[in-house]
Amino acid sequence: MKPPTDTLAPPTENPVAGIDQSSGNFRYDVKYELDAGTGLSDRTVDYISAAKKEAPWIREFRQKALQTFLAKPLPTHWATRDLENINFDKIRYYLSSGQKPKRTWDEVPDDIKQTFERLGIPEQERKFLAGVEAQFDSEAAYSNIKEIVSKQGVIFVNSTEGLREHPEIFKKWFGKVIPTSDNKFSALNSAVFSGGSFIYVPPGVKVAQPLQAYFRINAENFGQFERTLIIADEGAEVTYMEGCTAPKFSTSTLHSAVVELVALKGAKIQYITVQNWSPNVFNLVTKRGLAHEEAEIKWIDCNIGSRLTMKYPGVILKGRKARGEVLSIALANDGQHQDTGAKMIHAADETTSNIIAKSISVGQGRSTYRGTVHIPKHLKGCKNNTECDALLINTNSRTDTYPAITVRGDRHAVQHEASVSKVSEDQIFYMQQRGLTEGQAMSLSVNGFINDLARQFPMEYSVELKRLIDLEMEGSVG
Amino acid sequence: MSAPTLTSPAKSLTGSFTADAFAAHLASLPPLPAWWLDRKRAAYERFASLPMPARTDETWRFSNIGTLTLDGFTLPEPTRAKLYSPIGIPKAAKLVFANNRLSSREALAADLAKRGVIVDTLQHALNQHGDLVREHLLAQPPKLGSAKFAALHEAFLTDGAFIHVPKGVEVGLPIGVFSYAAGAGAAVFPHTLVVAGENSRVTVVEYFGSATETDAHFAVGANDLYAGHGSQLTYIGKQDWSRAALSFQLNSTVVRRDARVQSLNLHLGARQARHESLSQLQAPGAFSEMLALTVAHGTQEFDQRTLQIHQAPNTKSDLLYKNALLDRAKTIFSGLIIVDPDAQKTDAYQSNRNLMLSDEAEANSLPGLEIQANDVRCTHGATSSRIDPEQEFYLQSRGIAKDAADELLTFGFFEEVLAKLENEGLHDALRDLIKTKFKK
Repeated sequence: MKPPTDTLAPPTENPVAGIDQSSGNFRYDVKYELDAGTGLSDRTVDYISAAKKEAPWIREFRQKALQTFLAKPLPTHWATRDLENINFDKIRYYLSSGQKPKRTWDEVPDDIKQTFERLGIPEQERKFLAGVEAQFDSEAAYSNIKEIVSKQGVIFVNSTEGLREHPEIFKKWFGKVIPTSDNKFSALNSAVFSGGSFIYVPPGVKVAQPLQAYFRINAENFGQFERTLIIADEGAEVTYMEGCTAPKFSTSTLHSAVVELVALKGAKIQYITVQNWSPNVFNLVTKRGLAHEEAEIKWIDCNIGSRLTMKYPGVILKGRKARGEVLSIALANDGQHQDTGAKMIHAADETTSNIIAKSISVGQGRSTYRGTVHIPKHLKGCKNNTECDALLINTNSRTDTYPAITVRGDRHAVQHEASVSKVSEDQIFYMQQRGLTEGQAMSLSVNGFINDLARQFPMEYSVELKRLIDLEMEGSVG
Repeated sequence: MSAPTLTSPAKSLTGSFTADAFAAHLASLPPLPAWWLDRKRAAYERFASLPMPARTDETWRFSNIGTLTLDGFTLPEPTRAKLYSPIGIPKAAKLVFANNRLSSREALAADLAKRGVIVDTLQHALNQHGDLVREHLLAQPPKLGSAKFAALHEAFLTDGAFIHVPKGVEVGLPIGVFSYAAGAGAAVFPHTLVVAGENSRVTVVEYFGSATETDAHFAVGANDLYAGHGSQLTYIGKQDWSRAALSFQLNSTVVRRDARVQSLNLHLGARQARHESLSQLQAPGAFSEMLALTVAHGTQEFDQRTLQIHQAPNTKSDLLYKNALLDRAKTIFSGLIIVDPDAQKTDAYQSNRNLMLSDEAEANSLPGLEIQANDVRCTHGATSSRIDPEQEFYLQSRGIAKDAADELLTFGFFEEVLAKLENEGLHDALRDLIKTKFKK
């Protein structure tokens, strides 16, 4: 085993940029058995498909998606031109050191195991998780589910296994919530996807503890394209959490996932993301859920890392009384643009949706809220509530809000509110009076700003979030 | 990934407004300053080369692009049609234009004229007050998506109103500007330029109407409001074109130090009406209040785009746009507040309220913010909902029939905006005008 290579300058050099990325900022020199090379062509797609020994329909699906990706322009007529800095020819689309995820940590190769131990994954698994999948570059290195959960019939595998071993369950919904042609990056993912979680929860099964996936990028110039599909059958309940880190490179890294959720009648899915990529990662993710009658889908989306994140988790409210919710926290520091938001597409009577987005811009960071609420004709009793609050810490911080709301008919209630403010000087003064430093007071105030959202996170995550914000606020004042 | 190339023939880019039509227009004008004619020629070039709005243009999101057309219109002959005069309140002066030409006027009282107040035609002012006109006429960039139509307006602008109130002068009564279109296919280009000097005070009331309810018209109007230091400028615009008109109105407001501009636009007419309103707060203490009321019925589409730009510290803007939607009507409100870096202590508000009075109507709201300074207070809100059933029930329980209760509540919805007008006569006149639209 080789020693880890620290690629980042010591964290003292720039204490403000990137939250405690020092904890994720290390890498091992891993020897990859499978490498699709640099650049993207139909040969790349064939290589990935062959490596995974996929059924012919999947290979065709990928090839078609590649054509869609090549045909679609970048969405720069509304999105940031920073997207033009992605060089698709310089990215490595598939890297793995083995196809089959290990079921115990002892079997995982040492350097990869060390990675996840440094990130604390096995420890969290023992403490509070029902199952864990740990993805290292393109493939899951480890995947395990507690026996008690698998005995209930819950399936928790990666995308390759899911499509190969349970096509009767997953093929029906695969690519149905987010079609390949949804956007340029969903097409890219559909062409080269690898890894991610395929989960099926049988009718009436309530998974008590969260399932977790951890995504780790280790290689330079790499693109990670995991694909997740979660199906909660009638009356089932499941919570899924994902975390991610990558070492900081001087070159850019691309992460472009597609996440599809299907909540059948009366099911509940909660999907929690704490995104903490290093500041060289383009994080361009498409996430959408389909909520059937009386089902509930809740996205809790927390974006702290990355160079540019564009992510608008959505819910299609397809069945009567379906409910969708997005709770979003974004923190943008120097050099970061968090372009996040939500989409709520009402497609049945008496559906309700709620969006609460809070963003914090520090230094020259830029945070953007972009949202869609759509209530088409001939529905009745639909409700949407949207609240966006932005906090600007420094004089040159930036925030934008771009919602789009369409309502047809007179039987709905839709409201949208947004506000922009800075930290109250009175509050800071009061806390300083009580002996806190300005930095501590600022941290406390920022944590107070997001407190009502952070409280909805599982405890372990909200503690972590608070710690990350404290770190991020260090040195932001004075 | 390259920009789409324009392969359509040049004709579709100009429609009825061909190079020949432009040459004929220039030939029809009286002698005017060379700088203005040069600008018109440059504007025509821009108009002829710019593409029509496309579905993927963010500034035209949700707009019906397919029904925008430049074909089938003509520059109209003078008209002898009898013109409806909607507002009977006393005025300080009045200019009436029909088919792009002055048709009648009521002159300013002698004392105001003596103190330097000017209410004149643009054609006359171009020759008499060239410097002032040149400084302000169409001087602000079209930032809201209609660059092509702004260029068309500049190219074919024939005449309009020029109002100047010198330093320290207050004009008590409103100044009226009326613009009419008459005859099928008439294309009109109304323009009003208001320059309010330091510490002056003036109210301008503008009305746009048609000789008949049914003729198709093409209207591209624009105005320039310039509020000098410490001035108070009130502008009321009432758009009541025929129900077959295609209308564009492009308004620009510049607010200087400690000046205050209040504008209220009432939208009633046209089959499809686009209204763009740009407000630039250029110096500390500037305040812009932007109000609008829309009653949309039938299959009308009202497309309102606003931009509040805070370019200096300690400026304030407050926007309230209310739409009532009946039948199969459609409204779009797209508003943006921009706070420039260093425009600290900005206080900006933006609110869009849609009252849904039909199950077939469609309301679109795009309330936007772009904030680059931290010590600001910026909020926006958008709501779309029906009449509150509890309020309706309360009125019914007091013996008021449901229809009457709904009408009362609808007018209550508008009253919040109308109550912001200081001039009570105007307040009543506007309410009466709105009522005409509810009478089927």
